[in-house]
Amino acid sequence: MPRGFVRTTALGYLLIVLVGPLSMLFWRVYAEGLGKAWTALSDPDTVHAFKVTVILAGIAVPLNTIFGVICGLAIVRKRFPGKGIVNAFVDLPLALSPVVVGLALYLLYGRTGWFGPWFTSHHIQILFSLPAMLLATVFVSVPFVAREVVPTLREIGDEQEQAARTLGASGWQTFWRVTLPSIRWAVIYGVVLTTARCLGEYGAVAVVSGMIQGRTETATLRVQEEYENLNQAGAYGISLALAGIAIVVLVLMTVLRPKEAAA
Amino acid sequence: MFLTVIVALPIAALIWSSRSDGASGFWQSISSSEAVAALELTLAVSGLVALTNAVFGTLIGWTLVRDDFRGKSLVNAIIDLPFALPTIVAGLLVLALYGPSSPVHVHVAFTRTAIFLVLLFVTLPFVVRTVQPVLYELDGTMEEAARSLGASEPTVFRKIVLPSILPGILSGVAMAFARAIGEIGAITVISGNLPYKTEVSSVYVFNQNQSGNGAGAAAVAVVLLAISFALLLGIGGIRRLATRHERA
Repeated sequence: MPRGFVRTTALGYLLIVLVGPLSMLFWRVYAEGLGKAWTALSDPDTVHAFKVTVILAGIAVPLNTIFGVICGLAIVRKRFPGKGIVNAFVDLPLALSPVVVGLALYLLYGRTGWFGPWFTSHHIQILFSLPAMLLATVFVSVPFVAREVVPTLREIGDEQEQAARTLGASGWQTFWRVTLPSIRWAVIYGVVLTTARCLGEYGAVAVVSGMIQGRTETATLRVQEEYENLNQAGAYGISLALAGIAIVVLVLMTVLRPKEAAA
Repeated sequence: MFLTVIVALPIAALIWSSRSDGASGFWQSISSSEAVAALELTLAVSGLVALTNAVFGTLIGWTLVRDDFRGKSLVNAIIDLPFALPTIVAGLLVLALYGPSSPVHVHVAFTRTAIFLVLLFVTLPFVVRTVQPVLYELDGTMEEAARSLGASEPTVFRKIVLPSILPGILSGVAMAFARAIGEIGAITVISGNLPYKTEVSSVYVFNQNQSGNGAGAAAVAVVLLAISFALLLGIGGIRRLATRHERA
């Protein structure tokens, strides 16, 4: 009896909190009319917003992948002073409000910030343009690759690397031929998580972008804009596109999830 | 180096500018009644959300590991959805189901209940995902032994299962709590953001900054930052405790 009861409760909760709202998405897009959703999606500003999102993710993901791998290697294989602090800073974006991140960047690169005046005098626009949005996106998606790589590196140990080195392999060779192949699934899984986060970021980017229509609007900001303009069909249409990407990400996550799902 | 430029410098700038008005200015910004109301609401709702998801997350985790039913792998996959879905979309969806044009006639939009619901959605995976691997490793033999000695199901859970998964639950709860405190995308569309009523701290920070009160925004942001740091330290502590327990 309790087993069935627990199952019913657990699944019922999922239905109310998760599945219910999700199914509404399809229903609402359908109810508002597919044509309207399509109009909103093919609006030049929306297309531009998606382009901006893709550009941001396209730069942030490779950057954080490289950093994540290096950082993971440093945390697991090296001993250096301040390692605890590095570890804490890598995790920080997971626990910190994106708005706080955005505000911090705003204050750093704003008119009265530390770097703001220098960039202004050199006619480089940071705030309310792509560079600041990129910094925000990179900030919030820093932890994912590193977090996935660290446990895998711990688990595989460094015996193979040492063997490679004794056999005369250089540092680079060891990395490319031994280390990287053994952590590749962790890296890929981290990349998927990073991508999802970059595409979905809202708070941090909202603070620094200025939300200029057709220029510094990302897809998520566009949803907000359409919603505020009472264009429900548009908001739901763009949401559906974003949800489609999320579902692709979800499938990838399920396929790539490190082992516990294997059983 | 990368970490310094990307993460540490902005944080330093934030703390610096929150002090630009001096300690009294900082204190004034934090203790303004609107800021206090927002912070109280944020902490209360986030706490409630974290606790609710602690209970249901554990139940779901247990069901996914110990139980067997058709479509289990699908359910397992869906759990991660809030991680993959942009949170603003999550906000819109909850609004669609429990908002003005709700098909189930539950209309809670622009109330605190709506904030609670959308945060449940966004933070759902944390506890499930921290409980699951621990339950997996804990093989069922101890539970069966207890059961064959005549322990009832609730007793088995309380005495055998709960102690081993508690660290997992706690760190999941801490992550969920941190996430709930910081969330803005999902909340901004559904809460209406009425000061004193449905304005949470992150929205407060956003609005203050938009209206030019950078110092006030920075002060509250520093409070949020301190909470995040404290939670991270707590999670680290729980993890260390759990691994020590394992080694012993």
